[in-house]
Amino acid sequence: MANETSAEPTRRDFLYIATGAVGAVGVALTAWPFIDQMNPTGSVLAAATIEADISTVQPGQQVIFTWRSHPLFVRRRTPKEIAEARAVPLSELPDPVARNANLPDDAPATDENREFKPEWLVVVGVCTHLGCTPTVLEGDYGGWLCHCHGSQYDTAGRIRKGPAPQNLAVPTYAFLTPTRLKIG
Amino acid sequence: MSGQSTYVPKTSFGRWFDSRLPLMRFAHDTMLTFPTPRNLNFWYAFGAVLTVMLGIQIVTGIVLAMHYIPSGDGAFDSVENIMRDVNYGWLLRYMHSNGASMFFVAVYVHMFRGLYYGSYKAPREVLWILGVLIYLLMMATAFLGYTLPWGQMSFWGATVITNFFTAFDQIHKGLGTGIASWLWGGFGVSDATLNRFYSLHYLLPFIIAGVVGLHVWALHVPGNNNPLGIDVKGPQDTLPFHPYYTMKDAFYVALFLILYVGLVFYAPNLLGNPDNYIPANPIVTPTDIVPEWYLLPFYAMLRSIPQKLVGVIVLFGAILILAFIPWLDTSKVRSCRFRPMMKVFFWLFVVDCLVLGYCGAQSVDAAWNLGGISIGLVWVARIGTLYYFGFFFPLMPLLGLIETPKPLPASIATAVLAPAE
Ligand code: HEM
Ligand code: FES
Repeated sequence: MANETSAEPTRRDFLYIATGAVGAVGVALTAWPFIDQMNPTGSVLAAATIEADISTVQPGQQVIFTWRSHPLFVRRRTPKEIAEARAVPLSELPDPVARNANLPDDAPATDENREFKPEWLVVVGVCTHLGCTPTVLEGDYGGWLCHCHGSQYDTAGRIRKGPAPQNLAVPTYAFLTPTRLKIG
Repeated sequence: MSGQSTYVPKTSFGRWFDSRLPLMRFAHDTMLTFPTPRNLNFWYAFGAVLTVMLGIQIVTGIVLAMHYIPSGDGAFDSVENIMRDVNYGWLLRYMHSNGASMFFVAVYVHMFRGLYYGSYKAPREVLWILGVLIYLLMMATAFLGYTLPWGQMSFWGATVITNFFTAFDQIHKGLGTGIASWLWGGFGVSDATLNRFYSLHYLLPFIIAGVVGLHVWALHVPGNNNPLGIDVKGPQDTLPFHPYYTMKDAFYVALFLILYVGLVFYAPNLLGNPDNYIPANPIVTPTDIVPEWYLLPFYAMLRSIPQKLVGVIVLFGAILILAFIPWLDTSKVRSCRFRPMMKVFFWLFVVDCLVLGYCGAQSVDAAWNLGGISIGLVWVARIGTLYYFGFFFPLMPLLGLIETPKPLPASIATAVLAPAE
């Protein structure tokens, strides 16, 4: 009894704090595997690169490949579409940066910064609003219209109108040959 | 529970058991003799309806789980197998999918009832908040369940809703995408996602059952509110729960179940979306994505807001604000029967929710044509969203201050037993 009211720290106080501290660290360390198991597995991350043959794509046409379980748009743009995209002043773009994984994060969203070759636009077909697949050649800007909540993209895949905050993402990619792409 | 226990075991085994585990005493005091206001009306039967529906969802769910395969390749076909080959599989699945809808019908009636009679006010704040928690868990469960058949709506509904979290990228770069890919177990909704959704869909209903237990416990401390919204003053104001309310509840449960089986037998796909009979295709989004009807008002709010992060905050805010109304409402009077102004705004609120639900079901660019002037439904939804929040704030706190309530009756007994005028 005397111990419990004494102002001096007791052995029990010490054990209480030490056990509590070990317990807290233990709980935190045990929690991590239970949280981390939800993250993508190594095999999912490994299957993240594809090659795509674009030899049959005609001007004005878009083909869709599957990349990281998402649609990947490869669009062969007509001269008119390219000219339209280039005529847009940067001040009219809701998202001023290029969102091009091959360029620095702050590269401006000019049409030139959205592709390697003007004719070929390669973007991830995931609306930056809530992830639907936009439909090609619809909307007011000649690019894509997302039917889910009405976002509109231009012929450079840049957001022009609607709730989506960002331009369609340009993935890391390279031309292996003039008709073959490596994505990811 | 309020009052002294009146349980007297009838057999010697009963006495023996009662002194070791007073389970029968607990059941007797909470379900048989519990003093209940004598004026509870039809709208009070929905608590019982909800309990029955939860039971039905759990039982039908467990048997569906005996045939369901949670994999991208197997899910859709296994549901078709349930529909075509499993004995009575069609019935079990339609009971489960329509059961979810009827569950929400009941929960909405139950919630509007609480709103109308002021049941969220002191001393029932915790009871109300537990209810809001159950509602949230129900929405989560239904959303997870809707993913399981792995049709087009399953897939794209899951995609849109999990993408809500990517809005956090606007707070801190990579935060939202990180959370989303953690939820998915991949770069998007995939096999890994389906598996974990199945695990959680199985779990949550049992958590709901646990919270329902707390909800009923929190109900039994102050006892029921009632349509007059005044406190019980003595035994003359109450009736024992059994047989008065066991009978009344059972009667309305039976009526409700008739409606439910009517839906199951005659219109099992009325509330479903035909696109969900198309297998999930990660490359093609259906032209019009609509969630299940019970989420439509919130969906309309989301769509009416052109900024992603704000849209998502409004959507969650619309549900969370419910938890605060015990303190937003400043009126001393509970029931709308005695609140002439609140009554009007309450019904406007009900209409508002229906209008929002309607807007959520239409395509984004839909418009109303009023004599040559076309009004975009987006604008209707914006006004609806404004009223939804405006009702809770500033209307609720304000009304309590400016409204003059009608005089309250002296007691439940005097009001109910008085000879008709
Ligand atoms: C709160 C209770 C529950 C709700 C609101 C609910 C809701 C739903 C919904 C909306 C669906 C999709 C129906 C469809 O379109 O086919 C579904 C499917 C499913 N649920 Fe539940 N559920 C509940 C409880 C349970 C439980 C307890 C289990 C298992 C023990 C379960 C197992 C399943 C299975 C296996 C499916 C897929 C088969 C199918 O699509 O019919 N559910 N659930
Ligand atoms: S997902 Fe494209 S506009 Fe919402």
